[in-house]
Amino acid sequence: MNSKLLLEVKNVTKQFPGTKALDCVQLQVAKGEVHALCGENGAGKSTLMNIIGGLFLPTKGQLFFEGKEIKPKSPRDSQNIGIGFVHQELSLCTHLTAAENIYMGRLPHKGDLIDFKKLYEDADEVLARFGANFSSKAVVSDLTVSEQQLVEIAKSVSLNCKLLILDEPTSSLTDKETKKLFEVVRGLKKDNISVLFISHRMPEIFAICDKVSVFKDGRYVTCMNVADVTSDDIIRAMVGRELGCLYPPKSSNIDRKTEILRVENLSSNIFSNVSFRLYKGEILGFAGLVGAGRSEIMRALCGIDPVLSGDVWLNGEKQNFKNYRNAVDKGICYLTEDRKTQGLFLDMTIKSNMTSANLKAVSKGMWLQEKMEESLVETYVDQLSIKIAGIEYPISSLSGGNQQKCLLGRWLSIGPKIIIMDEPTRGIDVGAKSEIHNLLRKLAEEGVGVIIVSSELPEVIGVSDRVIVVHEGKLAGELTESTMITEENIMRLASGEKL
Amino acid sequence: MRKDKKSNLITRLLAQREMSVFLIIVAAVIIVQIIQPKFLNPNNLRSIALSVSIDGLFSIGLCLALILGGIELSVGGVAAMTCVLTGYLTLSGVNIWLACIISFVAGLFIGLFNGFMVSKVGLPPFIVTLGMMNLSRGVAYILTEGSPLSLSGYLPDSFRFLATGSIGGVPMLFLIFIIVAVIAHVLLKKSNVCRNIFYVGSNENAAKLSAINVDKVKISVYITVALLSTLAGILSLGRFNVATPELSVGAETTAISAAVIGGTSFTGGVGSILGTFLGIVLLKVVNSALVMLNVSVYWQDFVQGAILVLAVTMDYVTHRKNGKPSVIQRLFCIRKG
Repeated sequence: MNSKLLLEVKNVTKQFPGTKALDCVQLQVAKGEVHALCGENGAGKSTLMNIIGGLFLPTKGQLFFEGKEIKPKSPRDSQNIGIGFVHQELSLCTHLTAAENIYMGRLPHKGDLIDFKKLYEDADEVLARFGANFSSKAVVSDLTVSEQQLVEIAKSVSLNCKLLILDEPTSSLTDKETKKLFEVVRGLKKDNISVLFISHRMPEIFAICDKVSVFKDGRYVTCMNVADVTSDDIIRAMVGRELGCLYPPKSSNIDRKTEILRVENLSSNIFSNVSFRLYKGEILGFAGLVGAGRSEIMRALCGIDPVLSGDVWLNGEKQNFKNYRNAVDKGICYLTEDRKTQGLFLDMTIKSNMTSANLKAVSKGMWLQEKMEESLVETYVDQLSIKIAGIEYPISSLSGGNQQKCLLGRWLSIGPKIIIMDEPTRGIDVGAKSEIHNLLRKLAEEGVGVIIVSSELPEVIGVSDRVIVVHEGKLAGELTESTMITEENIMRLASGEKL
Repeated sequence: MRKDKKSNLITRLLAQREMSVFLIIVAAVIIVQIIQPKFLNPNNLRSIALSVSIDGLFSIGLCLALILGGIELSVGGVAAMTCVLTGYLTLSGVNIWLACIISFVAGLFIGLFNGFMVSKVGLPPFIVTLGMMNLSRGVAYILTEGSPLSLSGYLPDSFRFLATGSIGGVPMLFLIFIIVAVIAHVLLKKSNVCRNIFYVGSNENAAKLSAINVDKVKISVYITVALLSTLAGILSLGRFNVATPELSVGAETTAISAAVIGGTSFTGGVGSILGTFLGIVLLKVVNSALVMLNVSVYWQDFVQGAILVLAVTMDYVTHRKNGKPSVIQRLFCIRKG
C-alpha cells in the first residue's frame, strides 16, 4: 500500500432499490492533494461522497483511510476518522454565532458553564487561518453564503480533519468569493490537508486541482493529472457513451415560418435576458446543469413564478400572464420535474388527479358531473394506454411511468397549444420512456409546441430537434444543426466553455 | 379491466370510515340502553340533538379547515365574540336582525383576516388562529366587562324560535344544523369549487401547478369557517337568552375530535361532512351516556381526550399504510445524487 495515499476507495458498489448508483468504483486521494471529482448529473458522485461521509453504507467494497480499512456508519464516524464534509446546502444553525457553530457539541466549559471567552478566542484563531474578516461572534444568518461556507470549513478543520469534501462549493458564490475560496483551499493544501472537490466547472478544476477522477453512469472512467490534460479530455471522458436507436425519428417538417412561442428578454432574479422561439412541429430541448435555471425559466414564462421583465408571445399574440391559470387558459402547460412532491395528489384517486387542472370541463355550472369526469378520464387512459386497475384507485398505486402518463393526460385534457415537460422521463423505466418520447413526437407533429427540459443528455439529444443550453441563468448557446447536437457540445456550453 | 362498482357495495361500505363510526355509535347506544333503559327517551335524545347542533357547526368548520391542510382554533372565540356583539348591539337598541347582519360581517372579516395571514403572509394556521382565538374572546370580554349580558325581554319571539322552537318535536336548532350540514356535505362532494379544497390539502404544490388559485381557496375556507362560528354564536344567544363571553370555551378541541373521528385527515386532503357529523354525534352520545350512567362529570374530558387520541392514532396508522411516508421515514429520507 502506498503510504502517501490518504483515502482509497476500492471496488465500491451501492445498490438502491431499483438502481445501481455505483458499480465497482475506485478513487485514490493522496495526502495534501486537491482532487476533483467530475461527472454528469446522476454519475454517482454524490452517492460516493455520501458513502465516504458516512451517510450511506456501501453494498460492496472497501474504504481505506491512511492505510487502515474504515467503515463509517454515521457522519460522526467519518468526522472522528478525519473526514470533513461541506455539503452544497450548508447545514449551520443560522441563529447561533459562528463560534458556537464551529464548536457545536464541544463548547469549551468551566464547570457547568460555557467558557465564552475561550470559545471566541479559539474560534477567531481558526477563522484567522483562513483570512476571515468577520468576528466569530457574528450570528451566522448575518453572514454571506461564502462566509457561512468558511464557517463550515473552519468547523471541519478544527475537528482535525485530514480530508475535506467540498460538494459543488462554488455553486452559490460570486467570482470574487470563489477566488477567496480557492485561497482557502490552497491554504489547506499547504497544511497537508487533502481536498476532494466536486465540480462541473472546468475553469475551477484547472485553477486549483491536481488530479481529476471522472465518473459516468455510476462507473469509474478514469483518473488524470490535471496538468497533463485539457478540458476537452475531461469532457470527453464525462460523456463518451453510445447512443442507441431508442428515440423516435426527428421531425421532417418544421415550419420555421410559424412561431408558436416567442420569448423576449425574459428576466427574473434567477435568470436574465432569456430569448428564444418555438416553431410549429418541433421539439425544443433545454439542457444544462442542475440549478442552471432551466426549470425557473419555464415556470416564469407560464406565470407560475414572478417575472421581472420580458415578453412572451403566443401564436403572434403578446401575452401578459398574471398567474398560471391565465397561461393554462391560453393553452400553455408545465409538467413538473418533481412528480411526487409537485405533480401528484398522492392520496387521491387517479380520476381526481387527472381532472385537477380542468374541473370546468367536467362540471355543469358549479356541479361536478361524475359521468363527464369518468368519460374524460377514460378517454385519456385509453389514448395514452395507461395501465390501471380502475380510475378510482389511488394514484400512488401506479408505477412512475403510468403516473407520468396520468399527468400528461391531465394536461392533454385542456387542449394544450404548448406543453413544457420538465425531466419528462425521470424515474421511469425504459419502456415507458420511449412511449412518452413517441407521444411527444406525435404531439409535435400534430402542431402542439413541445419543450422538454432534461438533465439526461441522451434524452435531450435523442428527442429534440433543436437544443438550447442554459448556464447559470443565461442562455449559453443554441444548437440547431443535428450534427452540432452532441453531448460534448452541450457539456461544453453547460459548463461555461465556448464552442 | 375495471372492477364493477356495485358488485362489492358491501365491502366498499364497510371500508368507509363513516360506516365504522356509525356502527360504533349503534353499539354504544345499544350497550348504554341495556345498562340504563332510560337512555333512549325523547327528552334525552332532544338534549343530545341540541348539544350536537352548536358543536356540530364548529365541527363542520374544522372539517373544512383540516381537509385544507390547516386548522382553525378560533371557532369558539369567534362564536363568543359574535354572540356578545349581537347581544350588546341589541341591548343598545339596534334591531336584532340588523345586529345579526353586523355580526356576520364581523365574522366575515375575521375569516378574511385568518385566511389572509395564512395564505398571503404565509403564517402557520395554528399560530394565526391561536392568536385569533384569544383576540376574539378578548373582544367578548371587553364588550361585557367579564359578566354575561342578560337579554331577557329584548329578544323577539321570532328570533328565539330559531334556537328554542321545534317543528314536529324536532328542535329548530337541530334542523338548522342539519340543513347546514347537508348543504356542506353536498357542496363538498359535488361542487367543483369545493373539490379544490381537497387538492390544496392533499398537495399544495401540485395544486398550484394545476393552476388552482391556492390563496383564494384558503381564504374562502377560513371565511366559511368564521361564518359557521358566527352562526353558532348567534344561535347560542337565542338559545340561552344570555350573551356570555365564556360561550363555547374549548369548542375547538371537541370539533377537532369530531372531524378526526369522522375520518378527516390531519395531514389534509381527506375528510367528509357525513363522517364529521357522525363524529360529533358519537362524542355527544358518549357524553350523555356518562351522565346517564352516573359517571362523574369530571370524566367527560378524560374520555373525550382518549377518544381523540385513539382516532388520531387510527388516522396515522391507516395513512401510513396508504403509502404516505411516516414521520420516521421523513426524518431519515436522504436524497441521492
